[in-house]
Amino acid sequence: MSSSKPTLATVWLDGCSGCHMSFLDMDDRLLALAEQADLVYSPLVDRKDFPEHVDITLVEGSVSNTDDLAKIQKVRAHTRILVSLGDCAVTSNIPGMRNPFGVKTVLTRVFVDNVTVPKPVPSEVIPALLDRVRPVHEVVPVDVFIPGCPPSADVIFETLQNVLAGRPPHTGQVQRFGA
Amino acid sequence: MAQRIVIDPVTRIEGHAKVSVQIGDDGHVTGARLHITQLRGFEKFCENRPFYEMPSLMARICGICPVSHLIASSKACDAILGVNIPPNAARLRRILNLAQILQSHALSVFHLSSPDLILGLDSPPEKRHLFGVAEKAPEVARDGIRLRQIGQQIVELLGGKRIHPAWVVPGGVSSPLTAEKRDQIQALLPDGLAALDRTVDRFRGIFQRFPEEMETFANFPSLFLGMTDGAGELEYYDGPLRVAAADGSVLATGLRPEDYPKYLGEVAENDSYLKSAYYLPLGYPEGMYRVGPLARLNLVTHCGTPRADHELGALRTFAGSPLLSSFYYHHARLIEMLHCVERIEQLLSDPDVLSPHVRAFSEPNCEEGVGMSEAPRGTLLHHYKVDRNGLIQWANLIIATGHNNLAMNRGIQQTASYFIRDGRFSEGALNRVEAVIRAFDPCLSCSTHAAGQMPLQIDLLGPGGVLLDSVSRTS
Repeated sequence: MSSSKPTLATVWLDGCSGCHMSFLDMDDRLLALAEQADLVYSPLVDRKDFPEHVDITLVEGSVSNTDDLAKIQKVRAHTRILVSLGDCAVTSNIPGMRNPFGVKTVLTRVFVDNVTVPKPVPSEVIPALLDRVRPVHEVVPVDVFIPGCPPSADVIFETLQNVLAGRPPHTGQVQRFGA
Repeated sequence: MAQRIVIDPVTRIEGHAKVSVQIGDDGHVTGARLHITQLRGFEKFCENRPFYEMPSLMARICGICPVSHLIASSKACDAILGVNIPPNAARLRRILNLAQILQSHALSVFHLSSPDLILGLDSPPEKRHLFGVAEKAPEVARDGIRLRQIGQQIVELLGGKRIHPAWVVPGGVSSPLTAEKRDQIQALLPDGLAALDRTVDRFRGIFQRFPEEMETFANFPSLFLGMTDGAGELEYYDGPLRVAAADGSVLATGLRPEDYPKYLGEVAENDSYLKSAYYLPLGYPEGMYRVGPLARLNLVTHCGTPRADHELGALRTFAGSPLLSSFYYHHARLIEMLHCVERIEQLLSDPDVLSPHVRAFSEPNCEEGVGMSEAPRGTLLHHYKVDRNGLIQWANLIIATGHNNLAMNRGIQQTASYFIRDGRFSEGALNRVEAVIRAFDPCLSCSTHAAGQMPLQIDLLGPGGVLLDSVSRTS
């Protein structure tokens, strides 16, 4: 991190980690990417606090609990180019499917109905769920959107190459929507 | 002075978690807890959706092992259809599942845990990642990336997409395997076996460098639970469950998936979104058991493929049987990776693998279905009830990491108690608390259907748990 290479971060909010797995599906290109940029913060590295300044941050997942909310605000404040990666970040997708039911109904089903011995719903230490799950851009401004469930490794790689080179991010041919 | 250490987030694991460690007035660890901080509520929002949507919807529980959910979900839907699927559909699902176990285990061993194993648990945290491994031991990183890639390429060749393929459907799979794709898969396997041979040789020696961790990483008697073929051979796709005691004796065998409410209990914890499962006849928490690679190898007499059996024999000679230390999860994973590649080779050599009969069609005939399979991290169960039109009325899921929740919590307490003494701890000691969690390879994406120089946030608690001071250290 002493180098002058651009810095890259990946953040996982409420999602399935499929977008991070698609990031890893870059396979050998991961090592090439490591030559171009320093991965300074990610579930894959051990730094626990978000750095003061990051050039590009990829965000997977939607904003669903109080931790996600605090985290995305901090990430935005310290990031130059914020990328919404995948359908959960872009539309709230699967996590957003709980919105019509409400938090209480969901918690009751999981922790009261579907257990052998009913106990109170968990409430200690863990962050509270927000009333509504929201896509990232409803909470903070987003610079680049990459849809897909998940976006393919090719589209992630090409977008990063474009952004690192200062070109427009979009990758018409490899982009996929939905599925 | 009593302290509470919070590791937040736990990193190089598949999900969102924090750990809190309580230290008493005498400086000794008095408690340690794993908190899973995410919840999505699949069990609720699937209601009133058609059952045939379930495989693709439930696969979104987890991007690491979507295939496991596709398979458990499709098996539950097969039961709702009331059909026996064509034998080649089962064969193709098996190959897909094995390919996914291969890639998922590669992720766990190389991308997440090899920084600890290759660089050391006390190595500088800013370098402790896959790219740090690539600098010090490029051949290890290359083999890891290649093994994960081979698993993912097989998934893509079969299912059309590496993550969240839609190919597994109620009644079978949506299209047969072509000869061309079979040949492409076969062509990947020699490379995989060669990389695995190198990996097993390399890691056998590396594991020996961690005697204290072998001794203290969730090393205790527990029950073990998993699927077998019914006769004691390794099985991931379909078969009865077996429960064994810590001395290796079989407590129960031939357990049918659909009878699970008779032998599995689930309880909510007040400080985690992850429920704990337990073996009902022994109650909570005495019914603590472990699932996954370590448990599976403890439950079988043999794997059923030559290279895997050779390595399992060597491990048992060295470490005894059953294996009680969770440190051996890593070694068990390597043995299973060998087995996956060998078994895929066997299944593909069957001429019927190209049979076009891969799907049974029916309207829903039953109002309830249970599907079970072995996911990379252990036994996975999907249970659905539908109305007459096939709309989901109720769902319950028990995922591998929930089975291991009690053992993981006990494990972090054991590790913390050993490495945190007299109220003093190093960054490396806290990394070991995270590393014992990594050994279990919890999949917290799955868990939540229903986390450097560490920021250590240290809370000083006075009598009665009153917060006296909070110190936060950042990198």
